[in-house]
Amino acid sequence: MDLHDTPSEAQFRGDLRSWLAGNRPGATDDDAPSPTEVLRDWSRRLYAAGYSGLTWPVEHGGGGKPYSYQAIFHEELARTEAPQHLGVIGLGMAGPTIIAHGTDAQKASRLAHVLSAAEIWCQGFSEPDAGSDLSAVRTSARLEGSHFVIDGQKVWSSYAHIADWCLLIARSDAASERQVGLTCLIVDMRSPGIEVRPLRQITGEAEFNEIFFSGVEVPVENVIGEIGEGWHVAMTTLLHERGTLGFALTASLEVVMRRLIELARDRGATAVQRDAIAREWIELEALRYTAYRSLSDLMKTGVPGPEGAILKLQWSEANQRVTKLALELLGSDAQLLAGNAPYGGYWQYQQLRSRGNTIEAGTSEILRSIIAERVLGLPRSR
Amino acid sequence: MDFSPTPEQEELRAQARAFLAGSLQPSWDELAELGWTGASVPEAEGGTGLGFLEEAVLFEELGRAITPTPFRSTVAVVLPALPPDLQGEVARGEASWTLATGPLVQDLDTATRIAYVGGDSIWELEGAEREILLTNDESRPLGVVTGGSAGRRLGSSKLLPLLRTRSLTSLALEACGVGARALELAVDHANERIQFGKAIGNYQAVSHPLATTLVELELGRSLAQFAAWCVAEGDDRAPVAAAAAKAHCADAAVAACERSIQTHGGIGFTWEHVLHRLYKRALGIQAWDTSGERLRAEIADHLLGGGL
Ligand SMILES: Cc1cc2nc3c(=O)[nH]c(=O)nc-3n(C[C@H](O)[C@H](O)[C@H](O)COP(=O)(O)OP(=O)(O)OC[C@H]3O[C@@H](n4cnc5c(N)ncnc54)[C@H](O)[C@@H]3O)c2cc1C
Repeated sequence: MDLHDTPSEAQFRGDLRSWLAGNRPGATDDDAPSPTEVLRDWSRRLYAAGYSGLTWPVEHGGGGKPYSYQAIFHEELARTEAPQHLGVIGLGMAGPTIIAHGTDAQKASRLAHVLSAAEIWCQGFSEPDAGSDLSAVRTSARLEGSHFVIDGQKVWSSYAHIADWCLLIARSDAASERQVGLTCLIVDMRSPGIEVRPLRQITGEAEFNEIFFSGVEVPVENVIGEIGEGWHVAMTTLLHERGTLGFALTASLEVVMRRLIELARDRGATAVQRDAIAREWIELEALRYTAYRSLSDLMKTGVPGPEGAILKLQWSEANQRVTKLALELLGSDAQLLAGNAPYGGYWQYQQLRSRGNTIEAGTSEILRSIIAERVLGLPRSR
Repeated sequence: MDFSPTPEQEELRAQARAFLAGSLQPSWDELAELGWTGASVPEAEGGTGLGFLEEAVLFEELGRAITPTPFRSTVAVVLPALPPDLQGEVARGEASWTLATGPLVQDLDTATRIAYVGGDSIWELEGAEREILLTNDESRPLGVVTGGSAGRRLGSSKLLPLLRTRSLTSLALEACGVGARALELAVDHANERIQFGKAIGNYQAVSHPLATTLVELELGRSLAQFAAWCVAEGDDRAPVAAAAAKAHCADAAVAACERSIQTHGGIGFTWEHVLHRLYKRALGIQAWDTSGERLRAEIADHLLGGGL
C-alpha cells in the first residue's frame, strides 16, 4: 500500500503539468461550455502530445500505459480545470469496444481518428421503449446480401448532432427476444436514411438527440463481434467504460467542490451550510480514495470490479447535492440566468445539468440493483 | 501508486478474524502472544516491528468482533507516548494502558495502567481510584478516576494531537468492521427469509437500502484506509483525514446497523441477537470523544477559514 507516485509516474505528472500550463485553452470566465471547435482543437493537441488513449495499446495509437497514468491525467486536468477530450463516447465506449471485439480493419480505420478527435462518436443504445431495460431494443437490422438494413429509432443519443459514427445496437433476428438476436454495428452517420433531431434539455441546450433510421444500409464488415452477439459486446463496453470512469468523475467533482469553497468564502455560509460543505468535502475525499482502491485492484487483476457502479452512483448524487448547495448560498441570485447571474450562470447550469447524472449511464435505481445483486449477492429483482 | 493491502496484511486479517471468531474474550496475554500488542513496537523492545497499517487491520477486526479489550486505548492512543522500556512491557503483554483526558475514561475495567495529561507532559497516574460505570455498549465500559498522583513522566504533551489523530483513525476503522458485519448479517437474512413466497432480498425496498449501506461503508473504508496510511507515513494530511474518516465511518456504521435491524424484522429487535451489540458499539463510536458534527466544523474551518 503506497499512495506515492512511482518515479516514472512522478516524471509523467511533472511533464503533464508543465505541458498543461503552456497548452490548456484559456480559462473563460463565463464558464459556458466551450464551443465544439475549441474542444476539437484541444483534443487534437492532447493527441499530438500523446495524452489521448493513455491506456490504449501502442499498436492502436495509444500510450500503452498502466491505468494509474490515466488517473494522474484526470487529476492534473482537474487541477487546472482544463476541459476533457471531445470524443467522450469514442474514447470511453466505442474505442474500447472495437479494441476488444473489432476486426483488424475496423481497428486500423477507426481508432486513430477517435484519439485525434477527427471523428466523433455517438452511442445508439436507448430507444423510446428500451431505457433501463436495454434488452427491449427493437430497432431492426435486416441482413440483405452484403449489408444490413436498419430501421427504427434511437433516443437520448449524446453528440449525435456532431457525430461521424454511431455505435449501434439493433435486433438482427426479428424473431428473437431480450438479450438474444442483437448485433452491434458501426454506422456512418452520413448514410442516407438517417435523420438526427436534437432534443432541447432541461438546461436549454441540445446535447442529446433522437436518431431516426429508415432503410439505412450498413456493410456487413461493420459488425462488431459476431452477428447475434451484440448483447455480449455491449456489456463488455459498459464494464470497461467503468474502469477509469471513477477518476474522471472524481476529478470533475473536485472542480465543482473547489468552486463551492470559493463561493462560500466570497458570500459567507451559515453554520449549517458549513456543516453541509464539510460533509460534501468528506464525500469527495471518500470518492477519490475509493477510486484509488478500485484502480489498484484493476491494475492487479486487469478486470474492472463492481466499484464502478459504486463510484458512479455516489458521484451523481454528490454532484446534485453540491450544486444545490451552491444555489442555496447564492440566495435569490440563484434565480438569475446567464449574463445577469453571478459567475456567469455557472451554478445554475451545473445544478440543472446534474439532474441528468442519476439517469444517464444507468439510473441510480438500476445501479443499486446491480450492487445488490453482483456485489452483495442478493437475488435478482428485475 | 498502489492502494490495496499487501498479502501479509490480508493474511493478518484472515488470521485475526479466525482467532476472534473462536475467542470472544481473549486475554491481554493471548493478544501479546499473537504479536498484536507489540505490532508497531521495535523488535529491539520485543515487538514485531510492523506499523500502523497492520494495526489498522486489527482495529477493524476487533471492532467487527466487538471484542472487549483495552487494545485500542493502549495501542492507538497511549503507545506512542510511552518510552521504549514501557513499550516493551506492552509488547510482552505485561501492561495495557488507557489515557484519561476527560471526565470519562475508556477501558478502565481492563487497562492495567493509566496515563494523564498535566502541564506540558503526559504522566502515569498512580494510586487513583477507579469507578466503572454501566454503559450501553457492554463491551466497552467507561469509568471515572479520582485521586492518585503523578508517577513517571511518559512523554511530552506535544504528542496529544498525534494521539488524537490515531484515536480518531482507529475509531473509524472499528466502525468499518462493525458496519461490515451488520451488513453481512442483513444480506444473509435477506437471502434466507421467505415472505410472500420469495426471499425478501427480492424486494427493492429491502435490497436498495442494503446497496446504499455497502456504498457508504466502502466509501468509509477508503477514508479510514487513507487516514491510516497518512498516520503510518507521518503525512501532513493525517489530522484532517482522521477527522473525515471518524465523522463518516461512525455514521455509516450506525446506519448499517439500523438498516440491518430493520431487515431482520422482529428478531433484529431481540436481546438474543448479536445485532444490538453491534449497534451499541456503533453508537458508542459515534458518541465517543468528538462528534461528527464537531469534526465537520473543524473541517469547515480548515476549508473555509475560521467560523462566522
Ligand atoms: C443526459 C443524458 C444523456 C444520455 N446519453 C445517452 C446516449 O448517448 N446514448 C444512449 O443510448 N442513451 C443515452 N441516455 C439514455 C439513458 O441511458 C436512459 O435515459 C436511461 O438508461 C434510463 O432509461 P429511460 O430514460 O428510458 O428511463 P426508464 O428506464 O423508463 O426509467 C424510468 C424510471 O424507472 C426506474 N426503473 C426502471 N426500471 C426499474 C427497475 N427494474 N427497478 C427499479 N426502478 C426502475 C428508473 O430508475 C427511472 O427512475 C442519456 C440520458 C441522459 C439523461
